[in-house]
Amino acid sequence: MSSIVSIQSLSKQYDGGFQALKNVDLEIREGEILALLGPNGAGKTTLISIICGLVNASSGSVRVGGFDVVDDYRKARSLIGLVPQEISLEPFQKVYDALRFTRGLFGKRHDPALLQNILEKLSLWDKKDAKTMELSGGMKRRVLIAKALCHEPRVLFLDEPTAGVDVELRKEMWEVVRQLKEDGVTIILTTHYIDEAEAIADRVGVIRGGELLLVEEKNALMRRMGGRQMRIELMEPLDAIPEALAKYDLDYSAEDRTLVYSYEANGERTGISSLFADMSKAGIVLRDVETRESSLEDIFVGLVEDKS
Amino acid sequence: MNFQAVKSIYAFEMARFFRTLSQSLVSPVLSTSLYFIVFGAAIGSRIDEIGGVSYGAFIVPGLIMLSVLTQSISNASFGIYFPKFLGSIYELHTAPVSYFEIVLGYVGAAATKSALIGLIILATAEFFVDFEILHPFAMLAFLALTCISFSLFGFIIGIWSKNFEQLQMVPLLVITPLVFLGGSFYSISMLPPFWQTVTLFNPVLYLISGFRWAFYGMSDINVGVSLGMIAVFMFICLGIIGWTFKTGYKIRT
Repeated sequence: MSSIVSIQSLSKQYDGGFQALKNVDLEIREGEILALLGPNGAGKTTLISIICGLVNASSGSVRVGGFDVVDDYRKARSLIGLVPQEISLEPFQKVYDALRFTRGLFGKRHDPALLQNILEKLSLWDKKDAKTMELSGGMKRRVLIAKALCHEPRVLFLDEPTAGVDVELRKEMWEVVRQLKEDGVTIILTTHYIDEAEAIADRVGVIRGGELLLVEEKNALMRRMGGRQMRIELMEPLDAIPEALAKYDLDYSAEDRTLVYSYEANGERTGISSLFADMSKAGIVLRDVETRESSLEDIFVGLVEDKS
Repeated sequence: MNFQAVKSIYAFEMARFFRTLSQSLVSPVLSTSLYFIVFGAAIGSRIDEIGGVSYGAFIVPGLIMLSVLTQSISNASFGIYFPKFLGSIYELHTAPVSYFEIVLGYVGAAATKSALIGLIILATAEFFVDFEILHPFAMLAFLALTCISFSLFGFIIGIWSKNFEQLQMVPLLVITPLVFLGGSFYSISMLPPFWQTVTLFNPVLYLISGFRWAFYGMSDINVGVSLGMIAVFMFICLGIIGWTFKTGYKIRT
């Protein structure tokens, strides 16, 4: 797949001296959903803001669809839609007028059929004549998405689309994002909810302290970095982990009477059989066994802690 | 050139004007009518003619200027400040529009609005006093130039303001005194020589004087000088806006 957004050695230092981005390189592929993951203040919004034209970079370059975002800003920006983090709408404007305004700003003629299609997809058609201030929070957010789509962008940036949004609405938002991907739109979303990235992203980029720590296929990342854990509940409490089991590096929680064994799921030998054999030799009686895969969250916490 | 964008901004701003019609139109017309009743009809009848023009008619150009200046500034400053305040200005930054197109849309709409208000006040004045316009085209030209240059000035205030207080401050504390002291209600020849000289530093004097010349063919200041001063003011505003956008001052981080 070819790159639709190409970022080279991008740095940003704010006037106060704060270094928000440090030499970031990133290629975003056409048609993918890329989740930029990172704690608050990591530089996610700064990165998006530079690509979209809200913030000037200190150094480095960004090209969208082959056009430089500064030198060729008209062509580059025509390809981009941005859904900002904050809900910022003119309160007295009608939904439909808000869309018309945005489409006009992008130099495109009014297209009633297209606007109707967008509003219907986002379940906003029956609200087209409502003033934006009369809408619920979830609807306002959808209006922002509709506005970002009404000039038919090829790349859509969603800055924290589900921050402060209830569970049902988050799921709804994810559905919208999946639909857009089906329509061929490249989607970049920032989030600090790891389950969000896990649920919808094709690739995950992790940003911390202005540095892009990694960008990888979500599934590959989870395979590579993800381990499995086996939780073994015991019939009788243990005073201490027997010497014979020391090599398994077990964690024992006296409270739940549980031993936790971590292993590589894709290692050649998991060591489970020998662990069970050794436990039986030591006279430990099992009550229950459960295994689970580590989530993106575990990987993320591991990564961020590693680097700090 | 992204004409569609200019059209969108212009249409959006004009829609705001018509949405708040009572606020944008009724209040300047009402307050000007009150001036006419008090100064034109009530007090004016006891004041001598100035340069052969009745006092009621004499103050017509000044009153129109008073409204046009304040309206230009408040329309243009509010137009750009409000999206900044709401955060919806992100759209202007992320759209393929140049600064020139943004200024054209906002300032064009603000100037149109204040010109409309000026003409409506002119029509209102007809109800209260008799007057004639010697040079109608010059009158329209002065009106247009004033609307444009003070809308540019308002745009600067809107961009530079950090809060609503600052937005109100310049029109209230600077423009109103300048208009009152710029010869709206009197000819500067009525002042003692010292204050005449002081008044020459008031830019609004040149606007009102030129505008009054278009009505009655008489002026405190030579018309050419008036026109020159408006042009100078307009270019200063354009220069400041150009510099603001070029450096991103108060606009971009």
